[in-house]
Amino acid sequence: MIEFRSVGKTYPDGTIAVADFSLIAPSGRTTVLVGSSGCGKTTLLRMVNRMVSPTSGSVWIDDLDVATTDPVALRRRIGYVMQNAGLLPHRKVIDNIATVPRLTGVSKAAAHVRALELMDLVGLDRAMAGRYPGQLSGGQQQRVGVARGLAADPNILLMDEPFGAVDPIVRAELQQELLRLQRELHKTILFITHDISEALLLGDQIVILRRGADIAQAGSGLEIIARPADEFVAEFVGLGGERQLDIRRVGDVEIVLDGSGRPLGQVSARS
Amino acid sequence: MTWVLANLGLIAERSWSHLGLAVPAIVAAFALSVPIGWFAQRFRWSRAAVLSLAGLLYAIPSLPLFILLPTVIGTSVRDRLNVIAALTLYGVALMVRSVADALDAVGQEVVGAATALGYPAWRRFLGVELPLAGPILLAGLRVVAVSTISLVTVSALLGVSSLGMLFTDGFQRGIIAEVITGIVATVVLALAVDGLLVLGGQILMPWTRRTR
Repeated sequence: MIEFRSVGKTYPDGTIAVADFSLIAPSGRTTVLVGSSGCGKTTLLRMVNRMVSPTSGSVWIDDLDVATTDPVALRRRIGYVMQNAGLLPHRKVIDNIATVPRLTGVSKAAAHVRALELMDLVGLDRAMAGRYPGQLSGGQQQRVGVARGLAADPNILLMDEPFGAVDPIVRAELQQELLRLQRELHKTILFITHDISEALLLGDQIVILRRGADIAQAGSGLEIIARPADEFVAEFVGLGGERQLDIRRVGDVEIVLDGSGRPLGQVSARS
Repeated sequence: MTWVLANLGLIAERSWSHLGLAVPAIVAAFALSVPIGWFAQRFRWSRAAVLSLAGLLYAIPSLPLFILLPTVIGTSVRDRLNVIAALTLYGVALMVRSVADALDAVGQEVVGAATALGYPAWRRFLGVELPLAGPILLAGLRVVAVSTISLVTVSALLGVSSLGMLFTDGFQRGIIAEVITGIVATVVLALAVDGLLVLGGQILMPWTRRTR
């Protein structure tokens, strides 16, 4: 479990990145923080592994205030996956994946065995092991990033717009892979995106943020779509726009139309 | 050509002592510049001052430096160590800025990624920043190497053995072939060392040659 207790972050120049934020990200679930760029979501994520120190409040992992931990040891226990994968360009795929185990003193042979297993897990051909990141496609790099985040078998996975820089088809593929992985692994995932569709797909809990990391609404996707807290949320999720759907009866079937009247599909027969 | 063929032994010997002066100076300049350049890059407030001071070293004329340096480091003027020390200073003058620039050029994203993975600062510097700064470091080192090899010849005026002695000796005795040989041999030596550095870079930085 990750718990934010009234955290705030004000920079020395007076910029308020996070005003006053409290949230519990339950264990084994995916919590998605979604908001426009500059809303403070990345700052929140970085507070968990102490890349950023809050100027007020505290962040807890289970019963541990992260401010009391050694940051280097803490980071090695938390998987981190970032946009553009953040791979080390001078190290082969297998060494990139093995980075954290190697840092914690696992032998090279053992770390490589584990890295190859992880390549299987994230759907990477083992033949890629000896390549450099620059020789891979964006989607493959991102898979390496996920494998590297999982290498030390952390309970917590922080994902900072991990699929933001790949094309839509690859993104959809990676999202499905993540759902599959999460069904197997049950990690506590804190995921950041600006894409509400991605949030609705991946999030057990979705947190919609305004500027200053002010929570507009938190809940399941179902709750948010059924009862958006206010105008801001309704507009953000696309109600009144693309996600405002219509049902129309054509003969004996019902079809669903999107906000602009484009037919999306049929409604399954109801009992 | 006949002069060259008749004096192959001498040319080889002078080339060897030339390298004996240049290589230690190049290595020492690199070894000293990395921590100085790191300091200038890491502590922004010091950057302008450190880089200007280092650059100023290059403005010291070489002959006076060869003569003054012994009073500081306690060697004799004709000591090979004196020449190596002077050449090292010139190398540092050129290299410090390259080190600072090379470290600047390492992407903040990669450095952030390494931090997030749990690299301690020193290990991140040695394992991530320094290797990724490699291509620009190498470019700087190549300039230092070529410039050092050419500067070594000045030490012939002090009577220290190097290819430079072929010019001084050739001038004094009016042997044009010897002067030309000295020049050509210095250039060849510089090109050879430069080639070795490029090759070494490809071996040490395999990721730079195999991109997509």
